[in-house]
Amino acid sequence: MANIEELKKLSTQVRRDIVRMVHAVSSGHPGGSLGCVEYFVALYKVVMKNNPSAFTMDGKNEDLFFLSNGHISPVFYSVLARSGYFPIEELKTFRKLNSRLQGHPTTHEGLPGVRIASGSLGQGMSVAIGAALAKKLNNDNCAVYSLHGDGELQEGQIWEAAMYAAANKVDNLIATVDYNGRQIDGDVDDVLSLGSLKAKFEAFGWTVLENNNGNDIESVLSYFEKAKALIGKGKPIIILMKTEMGMGVDYMMGTHKWHGSSPNDEQLAKALAQLEETEKDY
Amino acid sequence: MKKYTYTEKKDTRSGFGVGLSELGKSNPNVVALCADLTGSLKMDAFEKENPDRFFQIGIAEANMMGIAAGLTIGGKIPFTGTFANFSTGRVYDQIRQSIAYSGKNVKICASHAGLTLGEDGATHQILEDLGLMKMLPGMVVINPCDFNQTKAATIAIADYEGPVYLRFGRPVVPNFTPADQKFEIGKAVMLNEGTDVTIIATGHLVWKAIEAGEALAAKGISAEIINIHTIKPLDTDAILKSVLKTKCVVTAEEHQMNGGLGDSVAQFLIRNKPTPQEYVAVNDSFGESGTPDELMTKYGLDTLDIINAVEKVIKRK
Repeated sequence: MANIEELKKLSTQVRRDIVRMVHAVSSGHPGGSLGCVEYFVALYKVVMKNNPSAFTMDGKNEDLFFLSNGHISPVFYSVLARSGYFPIEELKTFRKLNSRLQGHPTTHEGLPGVRIASGSLGQGMSVAIGAALAKKLNNDNCAVYSLHGDGELQEGQIWEAAMYAAANKVDNLIATVDYNGRQIDGDVDDVLSLGSLKAKFEAFGWTVLENNNGNDIESVLSYFEKAKALIGKGKPIIILMKTEMGMGVDYMMGTHKWHGSSPNDEQLAKALAQLEETEKDY
Repeated sequence: MKKYTYTEKKDTRSGFGVGLSELGKSNPNVVALCADLTGSLKMDAFEKENPDRFFQIGIAEANMMGIAAGLTIGGKIPFTGTFANFSTGRVYDQIRQSIAYSGKNVKICASHAGLTLGEDGATHQILEDLGLMKMLPGMVVINPCDFNQTKAATIAIADYEGPVYLRFGRPVVPNFTPADQKFEIGKAVMLNEGTDVTIIATGHLVWKAIEAGEALAAKGISAEIINIHTIKPLDTDAILKSVLKTKCVVTAEEHQMNGGLGDSVAQFLIRNKPTPQEYVAVNDSFGESGTPDELMTKYGLDTLDIINAVEKVIKRK
């Protein structure tokens, strides 16, 4: 059983990493990163069977994760580093010249833990399906996880992938939507409403789980457990996970404005004052 | 002029289909994906022989490229099949990010390229695909000339680790490449040694270059003819060696003049050995409906166009 207090402490530290990383280079995407901290911590620390110290691209007999909304790279990098994929101090190279921690994740610089480039939206579900099909061909019973932004679902390729996964019973895939309701230009409902995501995915033939507490680590864990119990039942699985963009930093919450903006020195101090240093800062 | 003969005309796409079927038997990691064009791409045999390793994607090419990228994670060697237009322009960003930038071992196999698609018209006659693909860092670009060479290329690219664009076509054309000729990626094939002009051709224009060479020989012009089946990486050694001898060059391709084989050759020569060059290529135009032969004539890609280009470039020496 996971130690919930330890996971919560790690989540706070990951939030510190995120705001420090984007502040250091005056760029990056803190809002969505902060909202997905519990998802990443639960996935990498508890849910997935993986092997951080001996990363291989093929990941045979391991669970795999694909980040489709690549702009939330800060949370991805922080959790990968704090799970042992690469040195924590490397977080200080984020978005800098000659770094493996590119603005958007890539395999190109050989960063352990990353299996596909993402950033141009809408592509990760197709890739995750391909990896899931390879697992079936290899008689590998491990699962494939993917994360998508809600705004990202405006991309047509997502729905090509959704149609394919259900029609072909890709039932070793657990996708999750970061359902924070916000995107760069504003609220998703104002930019291009998604309508009922639950009805849409169900109509496409997926099993849909709705977690309205995506920033509660225990809730995130329980929904992963529910989803895992559905693996192998003939349908792809998706968790619609409500989160708060900017979670953990008061002035970044309740708005879309911190989707792709970084805090200044004063704002950083204000953010860090709300986030205890539970593990050592990088 | 060396004599070339053929016993039958065959389509290059069938060379792909036969090569893929052989790979299905010899390499258990090879998988194939198709976007509702299995018959057109001649992938039926592979599908029938390897139902577990064949993925019918439906009319969703973007998804196909992403799934192919994902299949490489786990050691598969995916071959995607659809028309050249839908293999490149339609899915450029998917190829760029999920395949090329991600360094995935995907073989993008594209049929019905160029004007010789014929009656379907310009919507399907892509003449920009070689340029689009060769601009992607790390992408290998191959355009074989006949059935035997397409079959050999299909088999060869499975052993190469990295993304490849393999382009072929719909019409039946002379099948003259020896069936046992080894296909080496990036290695030009010398078809005829000559002294007066170098003709560098790719794809369907290779046979027309041979026809042109025979006609030129009758006029007393000795043409060196090189089949460049690999546009990237370009066999620059073969090109340089030839133009040092002939001192002029004609490039011939079923593609836009902008960004195709001719531009690759020119880019190399201008930096290493500036040489008079003429292009046989489509001059900044879309195609139209018509028979393949009519279109090749109207858009200046015929044997006579190569002959005219040779006579012009020789005067510029």
